[in-house]
Amino acid sequence: MSNTKFILGLFDDPDEMMHGIEKLQKNSIPIYDVYTPMPIHGIEAKLGIKDSRLGYAAFCFGCLGASVIFSIVYYTLVHDWPMNVGGKPNFAMPNFVPFTFEWTILFTAFGMTLTFFAATHLFPGRAPRVMDLRATDDRFIIAVDAKGNVPHEDITNLLKEAGAVEIKHNKRKYVSYE
Amino acid sequence: MKTHNSFEETFKFEGSAKTWSLAALAVGVIAVAIGFATGHVAQTFSNLLLMSYYFVCVCIAGVFFLAYQYVAQAGWSASLIRVPQAFAKVLPIASLVLILVVTAGLFTTHEVHEHGKTEVEPYLYAHWATHGLTDPKAENYDKIIDGKSGFLNLKFFYGMLVVFLAAYSYFGYALTKASNDEDTEGGMRNYNKSFALACTFLVIFGFTFPIFAFGTIMSLEAHWFSTMFGWYNLAAMHVSGVAVITLVIILLRKKGYMGWLSENHLHDLGKIIFGFSIFWTYVWFAQFFLTWYANIPEESVYFYIRWEPEYKFWFWLNIVMNFLSPLLLLMSRDAKRMTNRLMWVCILLIAGHWLDYYIMIMPGTVKEHREFGFAEVGSFLAFGGLFTFLMLTQLSKFTSLIPKKHPFLQESLHHHI
Repeated sequence: MSNTKFILGLFDDPDEMMHGIEKLQKNSIPIYDVYTPMPIHGIEAKLGIKDSRLGYAAFCFGCLGASVIFSIVYYTLVHDWPMNVGGKPNFAMPNFVPFTFEWTILFTAFGMTLTFFAATHLFPGRAPRVMDLRATDDRFIIAVDAKGNVPHEDITNLLKEAGAVEIKHNKRKYVSYE
Repeated sequence: MKTHNSFEETFKFEGSAKTWSLAALAVGVIAVAIGFATGHVAQTFSNLLLMSYYFVCVCIAGVFFLAYQYVAQAGWSASLIRVPQAFAKVLPIASLVLILVVTAGLFTTHEVHEHGKTEVEPYLYAHWATHGLTDPKAENYDKIIDGKSGFLNLKFFYGMLVVFLAAYSYFGYALTKASNDEDTEGGMRNYNKSFALACTFLVIFGFTFPIFAFGTIMSLEAHWFSTMFGWYNLAAMHVSGVAVITLVIILLRKKGYMGWLSENHLHDLGKIIFGFSIFWTYVWFAQFFLTWYANIPEESVYFYIRWEPEYKFWFWLNIVMNFLSPLLLLMSRDAKRMTNRLMWVCILLIAGHWLDYYIMIMPGTVKEHREFGFAEVGSFLAFGGLFTFLMLTQLSKFTSLIPKKHPFLQESLHHHI
């Protein structure tokens, strides 16, 4: 029993890497993930990655921001300490529009950023999770989970045929925990 | 994906599009004539002003769209710019029509009986163009209007209309010509030229369009003023203009033209429509809110008349059509990619911004005598038909529906979001 955890196919050309993905899929080998130094159009569809749910988070944070400021201002200016400002009613809707709008945006923006950081493990003190450092430089990497039933030889050969410049059998998932 | 597109595809203007646009024009002209003949003269003039202003604004939106695409060096739009170019080429005629309508309205007068007095007023711009308003010896002398007469006088008014519209028309013509030259010459020369032209246009346009809106529409109620009015009109012009551009593109695609455009391009157009509908609401609310907060009589008079029973329903419907409907119908990503959904939202917004202009114009001209009749339907049909006919004629004159040597053409053909 080999103790290889992940097999990485390193490509130096994005088109060849896309070709490699096709080849693996044709042979029913599940791909764990793909790492590229730059965004590649259409790769989500090819890998069958689900749509981002960041929009739902944005909606929830927006609602939170709106209700927080609405409650604060309603409590202070209408319920607890009503004041006469220019003879307007204490609870006049046009008044409530600007700050509700602003806080909705503020909470949405910060909430989305924090959600994104949390989901991608990008926050201070956290070592970045990288399978191979050259994925941030000049290599396009397909990672295959080695725990499956497919013989490692076959995966290696398929990646080689697709044009991988280097194949790595990694014993640990990430190189950058240290 | 279809990978082979004909770069020689041309638009042939014939068949039902031609018949229907000419029929709409004819029916509209007859209805407008009926409006005049049955004595609804002020109402008909107001509607002609409304539609000719709308007509000019949609054509200006074509030039504006072209210009900011060039300034942003946008790639996605490269394969669809023939449509806004056709809009830009109609602008000279649209400007001429607006000036004709304004002239007719300024120099035909009628007697108005108000507050026990009889005055001879022009049908349009009576608030400042009525004879005697700026003459201290005259009976109807108006000190406020006299104070504004440096801006509100016939010379300045016509100078503004002619100079501004001629400038916008020139930039529309020059940008289209550069694109046509690019097709024959190739190279980057014409693209760089377009970039310079577009930058110049946007600077000039940004400063002059608010003044154009102040003069043409805001001066209908010359005692009132709002510094937000120019931006409010800019937003309305842009939303309605891009809605018309999108509608034309969708209908062309349904007829089998422009097969290289995909839902990705429509998605981008949908985003502009969605975003600028929100922007329109923002400036609309800003104008309302400042007036409401300050509550100064000379400012709130504008909303006072729009709050009367004749206008209140339409005042609120305006917000529902132009803010709530695009907000709810176009918010999600998938919604912007559904051609039919987008098409109906465009139609809704075109009608919505007609109502928006209606609310801006009518209380200043026909006051509380608001009616809905031949003039409204007729002018909409006439100008809709005229615009469709002229725009499609211009579109059919292009040697190809795609700018085949545009430097970003490949980016546009492979656009994917």
